[in-house]
Parts: sequence; structure tokens; C-alpha cells
Amino acid sequence: MAIIEVRDLGKRYGPRVAVDSVSFDVAEGEIFGILGPNGAGKTTTVECVAGLRTPDRGSVSVLGRPPASVRSAIGVQLQASELPERMRVGEALSLFSSFYPAPADWSERLGLTPHLRAEFGRLSGGLKQRLSIALALIGSPRVAILDELTTGLDPQARRDTWSVVEEVRSAGVTILLVTHFMEEAERLCDRVAVFRDGRIVALDTPSGLVSRVDGSCRVRFVPSAHLDVALLQALPEVTEVSVVGEQVVVSGSENLLHAVTSLLARKQIVARGLRVDQASLDDAYVELTGGRDVADH
Amino acid sequence: MLRIIEVEARLFVRDRLNSLFALVFPCLLLLVLGAIPGLRTPAPEFGGLRFIDSYLSSLVVFTLAFIGLQRVPTVVATYREKGVLRRLSTTPMHPARLLVGQLVVNFCAAILSVLLTIVVAYVVFGVDLPHHPLGLACAVVLGGAGTFALGLVIAALAPTARAAGGWATAVFMLLMFFGGVYLPRFMLPSVVQKIGSYSPPGVEAVQQAWLGSAPDWRHLAIMGLVSLVAGTVAARTFRWE
Repeated sequence: MAIIEVRDLGKRYGPRVAVDSVSFDVAEGEIFGILGPNGAGKTTTVECVAGLRTPDRGSVSVLGRPPASVRSAIGVQLQASELPERMRVGEALSLFSSFYPAPADWSERLGLTPHLRAEFGRLSGGLKQRLSIALALIGSPRVAILDELTTGLDPQARRDTWSVVEEVRSAGVTILLVTHFMEEAERLCDRVAVFRDGRIVALDTPSGLVSRVDGSCRVRFVPSAHLDVALLQALPEVTEVSVVGEQVVVSGSENLLHAVTSLLARKQIVARGLRVDQASLDDAYVELTGGRDVADH
Repeated sequence: MLRIIEVEARLFVRDRLNSLFALVFPCLLLLVLGAIPGLRTPAPEFGGLRFIDSYLSSLVVFTLAFIGLQRVPTVVATYREKGVLRRLSTTPMHPARLLVGQLVVNFCAAILSVLLTIVVAYVVFGVDLPHHPLGLACAVVLGGAGTFALGLVIAALAPTARAAGGWATAVFMLLMFFGGVYLPRFMLPSVVQKIGSYSPPGVEAVQQAWLGSAPDWRHLAIMGLVSLVAGTVAARTFRWE
């Protein structure tokens, strides 16, 4: 059953089109990733799902109703939204829990308990982010929207946050996750929508996206004896061969390795320093978004 | 709503420098001025009163203008700039309630400061208790509302928190001048005195209610009008993000 339904969503700011005919469904219990360069319309889309913005065109429904009417069922963690400097962690948690009928306390699991008396303005980036997640989850939402969840966190804190997300999902919460970390999308998301210029250019599982990349496999080696490049090019699995110094680099489909090693065995050539590279979601992303703005932020 | 007021009150108190200044500064100024013998002697310029008697209303002006124009606009604009209001709009509670909480706390602080001034004036300098308590209450509440509303207009229109602080300070200085805080009112030209009576927080009405008979209803009406107009403008133009 689809818990979030977005149909033909359109939103513009003045002359600039932010989102243009975006449609997708998110199933209950799913972690749905939204990927794309800056300005691709990711945040606008999730803001419409959160009921913070009114779409110009199309429709959005959460739990079968307009988002603004089910606000207490949606937990939102937003980019660039802070709390008063001098508000303490414990005060923020108790204030926000007073807005909901059945508040949930995530502070223990998010490691906030030792910091309850600390003022917001003095928290590290990681702690601010964890508090923000705790506040997003405090209303026991059925849908959690997490925008740029791990931006600014160190690698350890990022991994810790991922396990929190997995824990949240296993509690039955559906998650809409905006990210620009491929590793994060690959690890967490069941499906990913890749945005570019306000549209969805691909929507698939992370592995499905990877398999779309041409030359999804690459084999490099140094042949022990002379090898005719034309023989490699004749293999149906091969799309491209290049020679860099002594090293031969062959790109092609997934069965490339088997095809290349069989050929070498027939010619009694040994492949020295053999390396196989599998395309990653990174490659898929660069290809889908035209290679812009990948490592930004 | 009570929880929000409680949290806002804690935040107010925690900002020690500002809250102490708002609450205690008018009393301190009164004590310092009152320590000068010449200012405790009745003089004809003050209609047979002492200088400190005639300066009481200017102290009230200071309190109301300081809280309404130095605190309210910056806090509100900062809440917007930092995304605090945006953060709240994702919850079932409307962010307007946070602003209401903020106003309630600041208004209470202003009233408390005025009461403190009345007590110190009575106990230390034997100033009469307000002759017309109801009139004084009206003058302080309406004058405070007018000043707070001006502060909110600034918070609504200023693009950034810094700009809000700057604009508010300019208005603050101006109102302090007309309210006779810098120069006692008897030294000001009569035109300026006249403007002072009609500009928020309304120094003349406060003075009349405290040591005269009753405040001029026209002064009070103007304060009410200012609150209404400025309040409407602020509500119409306010941006939440």
C-alpha cells in the first residue's frame, strides 16, 4: 500500500521552475531515497510532502490525505533549521513532546541523555543533528522526512546515524531520505529517485541503477606476453579496450571477467596484477545527472 | 501554550545581561539621580515637583521602549532567520504561538519593571503611589502595546536579524528623545514635548496618571490606534521564513 503518493507535482518560484511533473509512490515501511545535485528540486519536493509548501500543480497525499491535515503523523528533520541558542536539549525535547498526543523518547538511543542540560548554541554539529532527528521522531510519526541527515557529520557519527535510521525503519516508520551521499543511499534505501533539473530522471533500486551504467565492469591487467587487442574487441561482452603503457583496460558488461580470462587461458597468457572494478552508484549518479555537482557541499 | 510561555520565560531569564538591564536599569537610574540633592528639591520648572518626580514617566518610557524595541524585534527576526519558526511549522503547533509566548513574557517583564520603579520611588524617595492606578495601568498597557507593535512591524519588514536590530535601535533612540529620557522634557521645545505626548509609549499619559489627576483620553486613544494599525501591518506583512 502506498503511504505517500505524489502525482505530477509542479512548483515554481517566480520564473524559476523548481519541480516539474514529479510522480512517485512510497510503500509503507520503505526507505525511499531522493538523490540529485543542488537545485534539482529535492528539498522543494519533500517540503511539499511535509505540507510546508503548496504545490502549483499536481497532488500530494500522505496516508491518503493532504499532508497539512496529517501533520502529527509526519516527522520532519529539515536542513538549516535551528532552535533558540540558549534553549537546552532537555527543554527542546519536552517542549516538542508537548505538541503530540503520544510522544516517543529517542534521546537515549541517539545518545543525547548526557547532554540534556547543554544549550543548543553550544552543541557540536553532530549533536545538533541528532537532536534534530530526535525532534523529528518525537511525535511517533508514521512517515519521517529526513533532509540531508548526515551532512556535516564525521564518518563515525554518520555510521551511527545510519543504524538509527535502520532502527527507526524496523519500528515500522516509512522514511523519505534526501541525501547526496551515494554510500548512504546504497546502504539504506530500498529505492532511489534521482532528480535533475526538477524532474526524476531515474527511479529504481540502488543495484538497478548501477546495472544501467554502460561498462558497469572494468578489468585491468598486464599480459605476460603480447596480446592482440582486436581479439579482445571481438568478444561480445567487451565495449571498450584501451592500452595504457603495458596495462590493458577492458570495459564491458557484467560477464566481462569470465570472457576475458577464458580468452587469456586459450592464448596461454597470464594476467599479472589483475584488478576488477565494479561500477558503483556513484558512476550511475554521475551518468544520470550529467556529472554536475557531485561532491558539492 | 503554557509550556511555551514557561520555556520562553526561562530563555528570557537565562539571557541575564538583557533581562537584568530591562528589569533593574530604570530603578538604578532613579537611585543615582535621586542621590543628587539638587534633583530632590522641588523647583518651579517642574510645577513645584522635584526633578525625580517629573522624570518617572521617562523611566517608564525607557522600560517599554527597551523591551519592545531592543528585545522583541531581534528575537523574533532571529527566530525567523535561524529557521526556528520553520522548524515549528512542521509540528502540529502553529509557530505563531511561539511569538505569542515571546510577547507575553516580555510584556510581563515590562510590567514587573514598572512596578519595581513604583515601589522604589515610593519607598526610597517618598514619591506618591500612582494617583490614578487604573489610568496608569491603561497608559502602560496601551503604550506598551503600541511600542511592541512597532517592534513587530520592524521584525516583519526587516530582511535580516541584523537589520531588524539596526532599525529598531534607530526608532528606540527617537522615542527615547521624545520621551524625555536623554534631556528632561522641560528642556525640550514645546513642539517636541507635544510629539512626545502622542508618540508611543506615551510619556504624558503616564505622568498624568501617576502624579496628576487622570490621563488625557486622547493620548490613550492614540496609543490604542498605534497598536491597532502597527499590529495589523505586522500581521499582514510577517514572513515565517
